Amino acid sequence: MSTAIGRPLDRVDGPAKVTGAGRYSAEIALPGLAHAVLVTSRVPSGRVELLDTYDAERAEGVLAVLHHLNLPKGGSVPPLLPSLFGGPASGQTFFPMQDEVIHYAGQHLAMVVAETLDQAEHAARLVRVTYQETASITTVEQGRDRAYEPEKIFAGFMPGRTTRGDAAAALDRAQVTVENTYHCAANHHNPIECSATTAVWEGDRLTLYDGTQGPNATLHTVAELLNVMPSHIRVVTNHVGGSFGCKAMIWDHPALAALAARAVHRPVRLALSREQMFSSVGHREEQEQRLTLGADRDGRLTAIRHHKLSPTSHFDDWAEPSLGVASQMYACPNYEGVYHLIKANTMTPTFTRCPGEASGMFVMETAMDELAEKLDLDPLELRLRNYAENEPTTGHPWSSKGLRDCYRRGAELARWSERDPRPGTVRDGNWLLGWGMASSAYPVTPPGGPQRARARIFADGSAVVQSSFADFGTGSATAMTQVAADGLGLPLERVRVQYGDSDLPNTAAAVGSAGAGMVSAAVHIAATALRDQLIAQAVADERSPLHGADPRQVVVGDGRMALRDRPGTGETYAELLQRSFMADAEALGTWNPPGMETRAASMTFGAQFAQVAVDPELGLCRVRQLIGVFDPGRVLNRKTAHSQLMGGMLWGMSHALLEGTIMGPDGRWANASLGEYLVPVNADAPDVLIETIETTDTVVNPLGVKGVGEVGMVGTAAAIANAIWHATGRRHHKLPITVEDLL
Amino acid sequence: MVASHLPDAVQGPGRVDVVLNVNGATHVVRIEPRVSLLDCLRDHMNLTGAKKGCNQGACGACTVWVDKRRVVACLTLAIACEGREVTTIEGMTENGSLHAMQKAFLSEDAFQCGYCTPGQIMSAVALLAEGHAGSDAEISEWMSGNICRCAAYPNIRTAIRDVRDGVGGVGRATG
Repeated sequence: MSTAIGRPLDRVDGPAKVTGAGRYSAEIALPGLAHAVLVTSRVPSGRVELLDTYDAERAEGVLAVLHHLNLPKGGSVPPLLPSLFGGPASGQTFFPMQDEVIHYAGQHLAMVVAETLDQAEHAARLVRVTYQETASITTVEQGRDRAYEPEKIFAGFMPGRTTRGDAAAALDRAQVTVENTYHCAANHHNPIECSATTAVWEGDRLTLYDGTQGPNATLHTVAELLNVMPSHIRVVTNHVGGSFGCKAMIWDHPALAALAARAVHRPVRLALSREQMFSSVGHREEQEQRLTLGADRDGRLTAIRHHKLSPTSHFDDWAEPSLGVASQMYACPNYEGVYHLIKANTMTPTFTRCPGEASGMFVMETAMDELAEKLDLDPLELRLRNYAENEPTTGHPWSSKGLRDCYRRGAELARWSERDPRPGTVRDGNWLLGWGMASSAYPVTPPGGPQRARARIFADGSAVVQSSFADFGTGSATAMTQVAADGLGLPLERVRVQYGDSDLPNTAAAVGSAGAGMVSAAVHIAATALRDQLIAQAVADERSPLHGADPRQVVVGDGRMALRDRPGTGETYAELLQRSFMADAEALGTWNPPGMETRAASMTFGAQFAQVAVDPELGLCRVRQLIGVFDPGRVLNRKTAHSQLMGGMLWGMSHALLEGTIMGPDGRWANASLGEYLVPVNADAPDVLIETIETTDTVVNPLGVKGVGEVGMVGTAAAIANAIWHATGRRHHKLPITVEDLL
Repeated sequence: MVASHLPDAVQGPGRVDVVLNVNGATHVVRIEPRVSLLDCLRDHMNLTGAKKGCNQGACGACTVWVDKRRVVACLTLAIACEGREVTTIEGMTENGSLHAMQKAFLSEDAFQCGYCTPGQIMSAVALLAEGHAGSDAEISEWMSGNICRCAAYPNIRTAIRDVRDGVGGVGRATG
């Protein structure tokens, strides 16, 4: 019986957030708390010649100054594994303060621990570093000549080159081709809460209050880095002030906080500054993509060649998988995708909302629009002609695909058929108006191991469901309350979900839009297991009105078990438990995700439409409306799911028009602040119209949840760029598209 | 003796007693004069509702009121607030019940991660009092000092409209 799932329930963590009562990781008040502040490298390459801590150590309130000469070495740096696997998940295979070598600007060189934050900040400025700087490479342009083709990317999980058919031969024969080079600026996540960890040792046991997408990822990573048994570490994540990928992998600051706390024998808080957020928790790498489409005169794609060039760190071959979804979007027999990397003086790039899908689909969907223009075809019709009935790489069927409905409904909402296809024809005063569209898709990736939750019901019929996942704004705590209520057959107000603590049953980090699917699976299994256990107890109990009934004929609603066809016969959970002198009952639920190789291909699909107004005299672009229709499988909470999709689309708008981290000539990010790294403010954000089309998916997970966290961003930038073309007749092959480009 | 009560007294650079009226209660904190109102609230008074997002006045997460005017607490010195009335998000609830704007933020889902939310609400309530909520465009403009990285902006506008118009079961603003 489903009565809670899908409802637009207000967030269960909402009251804590609107009153300011919720405590984030840098807000844990502890007796004796000391504060750590990092000292970072001002040069991108070279060595620390001298680290002079004399004045810092003597400054008022300073407890310790830690650096490569005195920081106790712990364990080893674990390999770079995505946190979805559930184990250690180091963001890069480099741990700082172990020697004097500098690999990138902003690298953590020293840590000052003091009584108060002001004292620590002041003393950090007194640490004098003398550098022996060496030549560096920090951009695509500087490293182009040194590019190489990696065997694998993305922590070794994706091949550097993928082919099907013969793209070169098919391009030679193609009746129409579109070829362009695209450039996307580096991006930084910039959640408003900067990353922070508060570390507390009690003997050899460590508690970390950490803002993370995965408390267990923090636990396992810190355990390896410090060589501490995982059983001795607890990670608590009460609230997280946004992440967007920068808290998906575990960087060095949680371990550094623990080392600082151990050094001063006090609890220590280490909160990164906004500037440090630009060189401490990864980024979306600057990238150049070259895409060639070949098609016949009817617009059917015959070949796709898609190459990417991007800088990575000296230690890891990382590129966000920009070629992935773009290679699966359309039916096309011949394909060649190749990643090229440059070893650069940056940290290892990382997951940034829509890692690869956003940049790759900007390129693909811009090219499709140009192909439509060349063929004099409607852009939506071109996409329908290339609709992939099966996953093009493997030929496997999709687990579900509602994209046709998304296109149809989106076109209706956008009144697409009324659009004059000719560019530059609609004016509103000084503004040129344009409509553009794009396809959207984001893969469904299963977690690496079993996901668990525990359901416990008390004798009064109220229940608590426990699972270790973190809610970093996704609405997962609210959605899981709904899943638990339906699974148990209890009203929402009788169910509490406890989460954000690695001591609770294990889940992997909620990354890659996988959180709702995998955690709902565990919660659903735990809740229904407890329900079935109590039904079994009732039918076996001579004193129960349900004694002797077929358990399959017993249904539960409002906390009462009753016969399906004779609802008058039954009893409540509370009656059963109280009669049995049981204070509570509980069940553990474990979901074993199907292996990746056995799955049908799964993605959340969508269609995006954008209306823009461009003032070509002033170089202004204003997005007037965004429309998105998506097929995320089952929607657990319509309100929070639509909010995530809306946020994703506005991220896409921001990707299109605002965001870019600029590398300075000195090898440092030149705009490392919220004043200079542009993100949308209220006045930038148009109204966003979201609809979801609920497809039934019996493959992905028990409740058929495909995920909404990221797909909203996929294609938005292209829809906007295509709308700009429609408004002005000019194509743009770079992100962000700025005033200079539009003039 | 509280040195700050003397008109031209030199204070600092060491710690001094600072008397602050926050949410109607008087607090005496011993801080250095360089301590910002934000750090004073968060680290010295355990009032962590005002958030630190950038510490340089760019994000608005630390928005509080000084004498009923919205300010960014990270660019305001605590010592400069002596004799003034400081209001934070913790002062928005009355007898445990939520302010209309807090209710509207909940029902319109005007936040996701919640980190910018106290600042948004302090701005939103002040915006109504300032008379800057006439139209959506005006709301947008006057709310643009508060960044919401989750981009709940359209829902923030709706919440403010709800309170302005007394619809959505949230009632009229009283603050």
